[in-house]
Amino acid sequence: MTPAIDVRSVRKSFGGTAVLADLDLTVERGTVFALLGPNGAGKTTLINILSTLVRPDSGTASVDGHDVVRESLAVRRSIGLTGQSAAVDGVLTGAENIRMMARLSGLSPRQAKAREVDLLERFGLDDAGRKRAATYSGGMRRRLDLALSLVVTPSVLFLDEPTTGLDTRSRLALWDVIRSLRDEGTTVFLTTQYLEEADQLADRIAVLDRGVIVAQGTADELKRRTGGEVVELRGDADELLEEIPTDGTLSGLRRAIDELDARYDDGAVTLRKPSLDDVFLTLTGSADTSADKKELVRK
Amino acid sequence: MTTIAPARVALRPGTEELVFLGRSLRHSLRNAEALTMSILLPVMLMLLFTTVFGGAIDSTGGYVDYVVPGIILLCAGFGAASTAVDVATDMENGIMDRFRTMPIRSWAVLTGHVVASLVRNLVASVVVVGVGLLVGFRPNATPLEWMGALGIVALYILAITYLFAAIGLAAKSPAAANGYGFILLFLPYLSSAFVPVDTMPEWLRWISDHQPITPVIETIRGLLMGTELGTRPLWALAWIALILAISITWGAILFRRKAGRR
Repeated sequence: MTPAIDVRSVRKSFGGTAVLADLDLTVERGTVFALLGPNGAGKTTLINILSTLVRPDSGTASVDGHDVVRESLAVRRSIGLTGQSAAVDGVLTGAENIRMMARLSGLSPRQAKAREVDLLERFGLDDAGRKRAATYSGGMRRRLDLALSLVVTPSVLFLDEPTTGLDTRSRLALWDVIRSLRDEGTTVFLTTQYLEEADQLADRIAVLDRGVIVAQGTADELKRRTGGEVVELRGDADELLEEIPTDGTLSGLRRAIDELDARYDDGAVTLRKPSLDDVFLTLTGSADTSADKKELVRK
Repeated sequence: MTTIAPARVALRPGTEELVFLGRSLRHSLRNAEALTMSILLPVMLMLLFTTVFGGAIDSTGGYVDYVVPGIILLCAGFGAASTAVDVATDMENGIMDRFRTMPIRSWAVLTGHVVASLVRNLVASVVVVGVGLLVGFRPNATPLEWMGALGIVALYILAITYLFAAIGLAAKSPAAANGYGFILLFLPYLSSAFVPVDTMPEWLRWISDHQPITPVIETIRGLLMGTELGTRPLWALAWIALILAISITWGAILFRRKAGRR
């Protein structure tokens, strides 16, 4: 079976700046794939290429077995996209937005009405359905946006930072939706800045840095490469005084605590899992940046 | 989920256009200020020219019959300028990317805006003609000539709406789109809309005679008031066809180029 997404040696530059440099990527069908990376890493550009909005300069990419340049229409039949900025019509109500997308997907007016009722309920927008989308909160808009991508079930769903700016409850609800979509057979390709999100959802993760994939694997595989927990020292107001990454061994942990003990009189010690920053800094090997960051934190 | 999502079905021809026209008409109806302005302003202009300026320009009271065809044309395009803002707003919004990643003719979004503008402006034109008749406009046209005048007004609205749509695509923001529109709205004043061109200075007369608005106005005037038509209708149609061709080509190029960029 062909993979859901297959990217080979894709390059893309804007105005002489390379955004994607020789990218290779494969996503198996029916899995959740997370592309992890900081702002400006090229995540959105890759999604734009895979969703036929932008052509790659060179290389090939296929989605659901169709080439994104030569068979863009076939790709568009297979995909759904929820981008970073909510792609909803603010002048129309939530219900009208859903009906419009349903009609544009070839459903009859009656089917469109049925989808409207289902989706408003599924995304907790029943009460807001008759209000203009412009009056929605950020979280509601994101939910409507996702509902619009699911008017017909796509084989591949692209989610560009779907939970950025959402509160915890909305985020957890969205995670549930993503999981159930995968269980129904949809391949989900999402980008995120949060390791935890990738950790919770993704079958596989790739880390993108300055247009290059610097690591790929399951969440556990990536964390093993990062090392152990991070020791944090926090002051009275819970402000971060200092953080020291450890190698995960008992002696490493002791050394970190001794170091903190020698420099601070007071504070509460916590252990936390490596964050995206830690994974990222380890993977890109920029230890200097790491030191700079601690300087900033100490101030 | 209560029901399984249905599969995507191929669209019947014209579905996109219908759906997007419905969308644009809803937008028009919900923008109460713009809707009021697009009808009220032309009516105010009509009254301004017929009652305030009219007496000074032609003290015999016949100015109404001269100027109303010009005002119809001036007002015909008034509401079209808002198409530039509508289009620019859409291009800034993520919803355009959504349309582009669907298996539909996303250009139909613009068709929706253009046809909605045509509907809005035709309604405004009918109101203007109605008010004109109330203040003493007495055309001597046959029903066929009325149809012809309506046709040329509709074509003119279509052409300048497409031009405004292209301007909306070229503009960097909705506010900028709004600004560019102003220049186009100035053109009717430099035509035979309000005063005969032979009252203008030599150099201005040449411009008035050779700009698209004058033949369109003279065609409407000929049809409604029975003034001599000559080759005017041909010039009017040629200008309209040229504006349409340029606007649509320019718009299509801009539309494709803007994919994935906001």
